Amino acid sequence: MEKRVIFRGWWLPALLIAPQVFISAVFFFYPAGQAVWQSLFIPDPFGLSSQYVGLANFEFLLSDKFYRASFVTTAVFSILVTLCSMIPALFLAVMADRLIKGSGVYRTLLIWPYAVAPAIAGVLWLFMFNTRVGVVSWYLGQLGYDWNHVLNGGEAMGLVVVASAWGRISYNFLFFFAALQAVPRSVIEAAAIDGARFWRRFWTIVLPLLSPTTFFLLVVNIVYSFFETFGVIHTITSGGPQQSTTVLVYKVFSDGFVGQDLGSSSAQSVILLFVVGLLTIVQFKFVEKRVHY
Amino acid sequence: MAREIHGMVEKRGAGLWLTHVFMILGVLVIFFPIWLAFVASTVTQPEIVKPPMPLWPGDQLWENYSKALFSGVNVPVTTMLINSLIMAIGIAVGKIIISLLSAFAIVYFRFPGRNIFFWMIFLTLMLPVEVRIVPTYEVVAGFGMLNSYGGLIFPLIASATATFLFRQFFLTIPDELAEAARVDGAGAMRFFWDVVVPMSRTNVAALFVILFIYGWNQYLWPLLITTDPEMNTIVMGIKQMFPSGDDVADWPVIMATSILAMIPPVIVVVSMQRLFIRGLVDSEK
Repeated sequence: MEKRVIFRGWWLPALLIAPQVFISAVFFFYPAGQAVWQSLFIPDPFGLSSQYVGLANFEFLLSDKFYRASFVTTAVFSILVTLCSMIPALFLAVMADRLIKGSGVYRTLLIWPYAVAPAIAGVLWLFMFNTRVGVVSWYLGQLGYDWNHVLNGGEAMGLVVVASAWGRISYNFLFFFAALQAVPRSVIEAAAIDGARFWRRFWTIVLPLLSPTTFFLLVVNIVYSFFETFGVIHTITSGGPQQSTTVLVYKVFSDGFVGQDLGSSSAQSVILLFVVGLLTIVQFKFVEKRVHY
Repeated sequence: MAREIHGMVEKRGAGLWLTHVFMILGVLVIFFPIWLAFVASTVTQPEIVKPPMPLWPGDQLWENYSKALFSGVNVPVTTMLINSLIMAIGIAVGKIIISLLSAFAIVYFRFPGRNIFFWMIFLTLMLPVEVRIVPTYEVVAGFGMLNSYGGLIFPLIASATATFLFRQFFLTIPDELAEAARVDGAGAMRFFWDVVVPMSRTNVAALFVILFIYGWNQYLWPLLITTDPEMNTIVMGIKQMFPSGDDVADWPVIMATSILAMIPPVIVVVSMQRLFIRGLVDSEK
């Protein structure tokens, strides 16, 4: 789409885009280029010089069992976060949609956790399940279950999943609720006259009509669990125990800043770059074209 | 007839009550972590470290909050709140200004390199800061911007999401307006100030809400570049309040800080709900 009416001149537009060009060149393109460049080198232990190694960093990474484990961890984590945030959100949205009055009040109340930073969400959930003072872990102990996410990898994963999914429920709820409100009443009423009960109407009419929103949310939530959950993992488990909650983004951080292994960290950045690219393509293919059935 | 169908679709009676019960349960479950944090911020440390802690607020609210605000653990929380505020507003305002200008340029001008610029924008949409942290850190360190507001703000306004949004919006502004401005002899910047900016008011406000929260909730970036506690933002500062090793954390103060950290974004989201939802839908779709 183009404008018919335009203004003339080239120095004015050049001036207008200058700040954006400058900031993205310095803080975006240069660092991104550096990541690609550094991924081809191995610096010596003192950081004085580095040696060109071609794709050796990548070969090493892909054969490294910790890195491959991190891929699996990330996949498990993203799928769980996506499911744990979308299913309750859909349920609540369906419930809110059945109400004639009061859905606005519930919406206002449910919107809250979205504003809570992932890192703060991490602190809140850590507090509930803390092995020494946590309320929930204490009551679990009373029931005879010994909760210890510091030692038990499965429990650690469960905790970071729930803490990450919690704030996303609000987000998904807003989108599902808006989509449900847009489902034409006449279609629902026609089905009701034909004798379809609520859950039947939901499975056969409402859910298919929600498919564009669902696809959109699937992609967005996977992207979220890849990149924006760093705060949750860092506050609750710091990637442990035994790397059982080290997702890819966390590994870029821990290898790059804690382990000071710049070559490997950059190579990981480049791999992530491909993953993001792939997700973006999926998003454009499925979401932008609006899947309708 | 219409009423009967209505009755079949929208629940009344028992079904309606059940729906309310589900909703209230949902709200309670979702609110529980926040409630617990609030309770913890109003009781004493001994009440917390001897589980189970109470589930109803105590009388230490003032003590805990004033301790957090004015002395904190490493640095008073007031300092961290101010830092967060400057960072969040800086990111929101900075990004809105640069993207209004550049979106105006790409929509209303034809200049050499316009297509390259447009593809540049597209590329930046894809790469979150988490992916390029190490080299970005080196750039910021090279400029001597560690522990500075500039270092906190600039790398986070480098992506062009907002430019893309404004471009989409400017394309919907009727051509007649620009035509009229040109006939009246108004220059491009005059048109920008008198027509484009006022028309974008709602979009700007909606974007402000989203960007404010984005900036306020940043964690990894401030964690890397603010080594001086005086420059910590509140969201990353909370983690620094936990003692290393086996010492017991000062839970009441930490929880008071958590509550303080969520107040500003919650106020923004709840009070500007309409704008916020609009901003969300616009920026994601």
